[in-house]
Formats: sequence, structure tokens, C-alpha cells
Amino acid sequence: MTQNSLGESAVQQNVQAQNNGVAASATHTQPLWLLAEVTYRCPLHCAFCYNPTDYDKHTQNELTTEQWIQALRDARKMGAIQLGISGGEPLLRDDIEDIVIEAKKLGYYSNLITSGVGLTEKRIQAFKEGGLDHIQLSMHDITEEINNFITNTKTFELKKKVAAMIKDHGYPMVLNVVIHRYNIGHMKEILEMAEALGADYIELANTQYYGWSLVNRSQLMPTKEQIDEAERITNEFRQKPGNKMKIFFVVPDYFNNRPKKCMNGWGEVFMIVTANGDVLPCHSARVLPNMQFPNVREHGLEWAWKESPAFKKYRGDDWMKEPCRSCSEKENDLGGCRCQAFLLSGDADAADPVCSKSPYHHLIEQAIAESQNPQIQSQPIIFRNDKNSKKYASGESKERVEAFHALP
Amino acid sequence: MGNNIQHSDVYAIALHHRFQWEEAQQSYVILFPEGMVKLHGGAGEIIKRVDGKATVGDIVADLKATFPDAENIEADIIGMFDLAVGKAWLRKVN
Repeated sequence: MTQNSLGESAVQQNVQAQNNGVAASATHTQPLWLLAEVTYRCPLHCAFCYNPTDYDKHTQNELTTEQWIQALRDARKMGAIQLGISGGEPLLRDDIEDIVIEAKKLGYYSNLITSGVGLTEKRIQAFKEGGLDHIQLSMHDITEEINNFITNTKTFELKKKVAAMIKDHGYPMVLNVVIHRYNIGHMKEILEMAEALGADYIELANTQYYGWSLVNRSQLMPTKEQIDEAERITNEFRQKPGNKMKIFFVVPDYFNNRPKKCMNGWGEVFMIVTANGDVLPCHSARVLPNMQFPNVREHGLEWAWKESPAFKKYRGDDWMKEPCRSCSEKENDLGGCRCQAFLLSGDADAADPVCSKSPYHHLIEQAIAESQNPQIQSQPIIFRNDKNSKKYASGESKERVEAFHALP
Repeated sequence: MGNNIQHSDVYAIALHHRFQWEEAQQSYVILFPEGMVKLHGGAGEIIKRVDGKATVGDIVADLKATFPDAENIEADIIGMFDLAVGKAWLRKVN
């Protein structure tokens, strides 16, 4: 799946902007956004996927339709309103229609986040009738070659067909393009393609390094110059007379001096339920040490959000240590991403190494340097597939994960 | 600002946007792909009346009648329309 809701995604910026920080008080949080990662199965094998590398453990124990519907009901009672149905590829489940109907009944604004593989006329019609509000389609590049390479599949033509189908059914066209070394040089062409497809919204999400994308970090990371150029082209496109697309450019945190306000704060507005029922404050929280995340099979969502030690752990700023604790900017980013801090430094309470004030900031500089080292660059991409996942889950493969303090 | 809102204008909620009351937040919200806007009491009262039929003038008159004690309410209403059109939450239908 794509990275739309990681870090400073468009929706988070919106939620943040409209609440003026009110929702960010530790005593008055609300899971406005529910992300249902309904399956980790996926027909694509994207090298930048942020799903856990050991996702294969959770392809056999997915929640049932009834369990999903219960989760939707419980979250709605707590104020959840934006629903993302994601994965993996959610369309690999045959009950998305039922989930959509229930979401509509409950008053969610629902969004299917898909690669488009498995979207048929019959299904999209059922989604429309069921009340699905929009579909976010991941696109990868304007060239067949790069699309097929980075996803390790032959899906280029299909994506174009699906885009037309979405438009034909009166859906807003919402595209998500994950940006990396292989497509960053095509920014203008990607924007032109989106315009030609009639996109209303396009999110240009620079790769953030979690899961498979962390394993492939040196293979995917563009240079600072390439990112600056991409941003310049994007801004130029925004200013173009007659441009009607809303363009979100998600800045990559590795090239900033300050971290992102990850998930708009731990347990503040986002709640994720994973394929096997784990309830998480962010996509990759399971990498953190000594944490027991609640599961909907054992606890209700209300308990998970309000009472579980895991959701309380990093809510607010009581947990912070220096340099965050006394930092005048701590409210801006709440110390950044806990998962990134732990994966890279081994200390989950540390400042996000992205921050130039972090004692571990050299790890980011080192990663950038490695990504420009021709010898390291030339190592092969490890694609997200069941075979590779089994190897990571069993510990058989340690390739390119040994430097990290948990399995990404 | 500067959308030149006229009393004779008729607006509707923009395509792909949804306006609804949120019990948990005790406020009206506008929902759209990738986001949400929470409307303060006054703003909610205005947008609630936007139905693709009522003119801006009708809505001003209705709100003046509903809130007779509110001062200078007309400028606020026009300002809200200006903001909502600028943000593309509303579309003009006439």
C-alpha cells in the first residue's frame, strides 16, 4: 500500500489546521481517522511499501467481516469520521462491499485506498451504490518500464483503465504517487498525466523509510537536489493558469532539520486496525520494544484508545527526554516519530534522528551518504513478496536489516 | 477573499464534499477527500442553510430573523461565503 497517511500527509495537515491544535491536547483526543488495514495480501510487490517486512505472519489470521463491522461501529461511537480502507490490497477481500455499506450507514466519509488491481465494473458499481465516497488510486510512474519495475508486476495498462473507470463512475480522482529515485526525474510528466486523467487531487508522497522502503533505503533515496527540483516543478505546476488539481507535496523528512509531527501526535487523531486486529496509533508501531498493543479480539476500541498502556505511552509530551523536553519547538513535532527513533538509534524515547538537535542525527547523514555510494546503491532491490517476507519473519534473512534495532 | 458574493447568488455544497452534524464533536463538519473542516457554531448555521436553492439574500434574512440580537451579522455571513467559495467547499449554481 501507499504512504498516504504516514507522517505529514494531506489529511493530517488538514486535521491539524482545522483544529488549531485543540485536538492535540492529551486529555481530549478523538480518533477522527480510522484506517482499516484489512489485509496484508497484495498482488503488487512494491519496493517502497511500508507494511511490515514480516507481514506474512498476518495473512492467515485476518479479521472476519463481522469483526470489521463491529470495529467500524465502535470507532464511529468515539467520533471516527474519516475511514480509510487499505491494506495490502483491500480488493483481495470479497467483503469490501459489505464494509462500505456499513460505513455509509454509520455516517463515515469512506475512502478505498487501492492499487486498482481487482477493481471491476461490477465491484465499483457496488461501491457506488453502497455509498463509498472516494477511491484513492496509487500510480507509480508515467512509464510502463518504471511502473512495472518498482512494483515488480505488469500493471501499467491496468492502472490507466482503472483511473478511467473511477472517473466514469463520478468519483473524485484522487491519485497517490510515491516518489523515489526512479520516478523523481519525471515529476512534470507525472503531473501532466494526472491532469490528463482528470485528477482532482494528487499526493506526491516522497518515500518515508519504514518496512520495505527502509530495507531498500539506499536504493530508493533521491538526492537533495532532485527533491528541490521536484518541488520547484510542483510549485510551477500549481501556479499554471487553469490548474484545478489540488497538489500535495509530502516533503521527505530525511532532508529536513526537524522531524515530522508523526501521525499528528501519538494517539491524538489516528487509529489503525490491522489485518489481524491489532490496534495501533501508527502503521509501524509494532517495531517498538516492550509494548503490548491491544487487539480487537480481546478488547474494544474504546479501551484501546482510552485505557491501553500502549496508546497512553507516547501521548502528549510527558515521556520526553532531552533534547526534546526543554526544546522550544517541541509542540511543533512532538519529538517526531517513535518508530524511526527506535529503528535507527535503539532508543524509542530519543528525539527523532531527523532532528539536527538529536544526538543521533549522524545516522541520517550516514544514510544519505550511503544512498549516494555507488557500491551500496548497486545492491539489488528487495521486493515485497511472500517469499521475502517469510525469510525475514523466520530470521533466515538478515540481509540489509542488521543495522536496525528492530525488523522494519 | 474577493469572490464578489452577491445577494442573488445561489450556492450548493461542492461536489464530493459532504456537510453533516457530528455528535461526537458537537459541531458541523465538511468532509472531502483527504480532509475535514470543523465549523464553528456560526459558520455551521450559515452552511446548514446552503441547499442549492436559497439565495445568499434569503440566508442573510433567515439568519437575521433567527438571531435578532447578533450585530453586524450580514458582513460575517458574506465573509463566510467568501471563505467557503475560496476554499471550494461551495459551488455556485446560478
